[in-house]
Amino acid sequence: MDLQIALLLGQDGITNGAIYALLALALVLVFAVTRVIFIPQGEFVAFGALTLAGLQAGRLPGTIWLLLALGTAIALVEGSRALRDRNFRRLPMILLVNCGVPLLLAGTLFALSPASLPLPVQVLLALMLVVPLGPMIYRLAYQPIAEASVLALLIVSVAVHVTLIGLGLLFFGAEGSRTLSFTDISFELGDILVQGQTLLVVVASLMLIVALYFFFERTIYGKALRATAMNRTGARLMGISGSLAGMLSFTLAAAIGALSGILISPITTIYYDSGFLIGLKGFVGAIIGGLASYPVAAAGAILVGLLESFSSFWASAFKEVIVFTSIIPVLVWRSLKTRHVEEE
Amino acid sequence: MSGLAAAGERVVVLEVSELSVSYGKIEALHGLALKVHRGEIVTVIGPNGAGKTTLLCALMGLLPAGGEIVYLGERQGPGRSVERLVRQGMTLVPEKRELFAEMSVEDNLLLGAFDRYRAGHRDHLETMDQVFDVFPRLMERRQQLAGTLSGGERQMLAMGRALMAKPRLLLLDEPSLGLAPLIIREIFRTVAELRKTGVAILLVEQNARAALHVADYGYVLETGELSLEGPSRDLASDPRVIESYLGLGGRN
Repeated sequence: MDLQIALLLGQDGITNGAIYALLALALVLVFAVTRVIFIPQGEFVAFGALTLAGLQAGRLPGTIWLLLALGTAIALVEGSRALRDRNFRRLPMILLVNCGVPLLLAGTLFALSPASLPLPVQVLLALMLVVPLGPMIYRLAYQPIAEASVLALLIVSVAVHVTLIGLGLLFFGAEGSRTLSFTDISFELGDILVQGQTLLVVVASLMLIVALYFFFERTIYGKALRATAMNRTGARLMGISGSLAGMLSFTLAAAIGALSGILISPITTIYYDSGFLIGLKGFVGAIIGGLASYPVAAAGAILVGLLESFSSFWASAFKEVIVFTSIIPVLVWRSLKTRHVEEE
Repeated sequence: MSGLAAAGERVVVLEVSELSVSYGKIEALHGLALKVHRGEIVTVIGPNGAGKTTLLCALMGLLPAGGEIVYLGERQGPGRSVERLVRQGMTLVPEKRELFAEMSVEDNLLLGAFDRYRAGHRDHLETMDQVFDVFPRLMERRQQLAGTLSGGERQMLAMGRALMAKPRLLLLDEPSLGLAPLIIREIFRTVAELRKTGVAILLVEQNARAALHVADYGYVLETGELSLEGPSRDLASDPRVIESYLGLGGRN
């Protein structure tokens, strides 16, 4: 290996690592706030990428049907609860938010031809289709058992993951897709050729991380999420309900996932099940941070990206093995370092 | 802050009757009835394990309860929840304080106004200044992490955070717990001063002497039932209360 190859691998590793870092942050956030180990995180990457690809190919993305179905299901659940509590005033709002908005979105897709729209509008449409799935899945799958054990929540996560993979195959087919490049610029930096798209991934990831930092440190909703992670009862007594915090964290996680997918789909071909492996590598990063520390999780995820790209050079057949085995020393070190605390 | 409610007009904030709470088959509270008026401090005293904390948790909606609870003239139905009660101005300062330990004093206070902020009020900075007037110590410590505060300061922060919600009914669970006598006196003086703001206070205490000293009306809770009630001055001179809860040696 010479320096040039090392630089290329490093560039590759950092690009992927930036995406893993975003996913790791989302996983830590969701776990800290709701105690859910969010295995379907990766599916949002695939859904984001493939929905955008579908829009660009002039197809109607299947995501819209899922959005309509989940919206209807929530409207039924919430509506029957409102009827039982004789709270009729809430009904119009429930219908508008859960059925009206998805219908409006579907109407927009039918009326416009998304393939001819400018790229930023396509991205926006894709986000509007994918991001609401996050809080909707929380509402239907997790909120009814929000007080259950971490293990029960994990089992639900596995179920949601398998369902989304299946739906992904149904919606997008077995073929992979790439989306159009955001930029075709490329330039020489020293010895290596840097693609504009690669740089965009890193810069956008960094900007997102900074934005998340500001959200958590400067806004009252961000602080409310941190408060819920620290002390659930205390937060509840302030009127920060578990469902509000859950919806908010799942919205963020879905947005981070979908954006990650949209960012990498011009440089990697994404299949309906690609998200799982990508999400799992973010998960390794999150584990390095103990599912608790944001900076360590992000750093760990970048390490995972580098480890992956270098091992693909030296032992490409064992690439995934090396990445996932790296979790073992981390776990050993963690279990030696921390005392076991009984779960409440 | 508004002045004292006119002496003649006694607005009932909370009225409870036949309240019962069970943990499975064990009944922790049975047939309780109590009333709290606007601008009034009502105390519930009683020994450890009598069900005092259970009472407050049930009122706040943290525990399911039987019987009738009328809050601000509205009978609490099946849709009762902590979040809804918070929106209607009921605030609990729990026994364990439940602060956000890794956040600054200022952020803890800010989150006290979370629900008001969410409801569209943007007066949290003014309210915070008022809280700093009540607890100047919090002003000095505003950048410090809540987890690093002393016991007295934590209690002040828990109460300050509750005041950020501009409550109409403040439920205080053992504010004296684990505090030094001098701090207890300071906390209770603050509680007495809060009465002027018109807030109704339900104070649950094991420290009967301090609680009866500050309260207008008192109840004695023993093994899940109210055994005595009356204006706190009468209770403080009641031989049964003196024997069981006040003892001979004066603490304050």
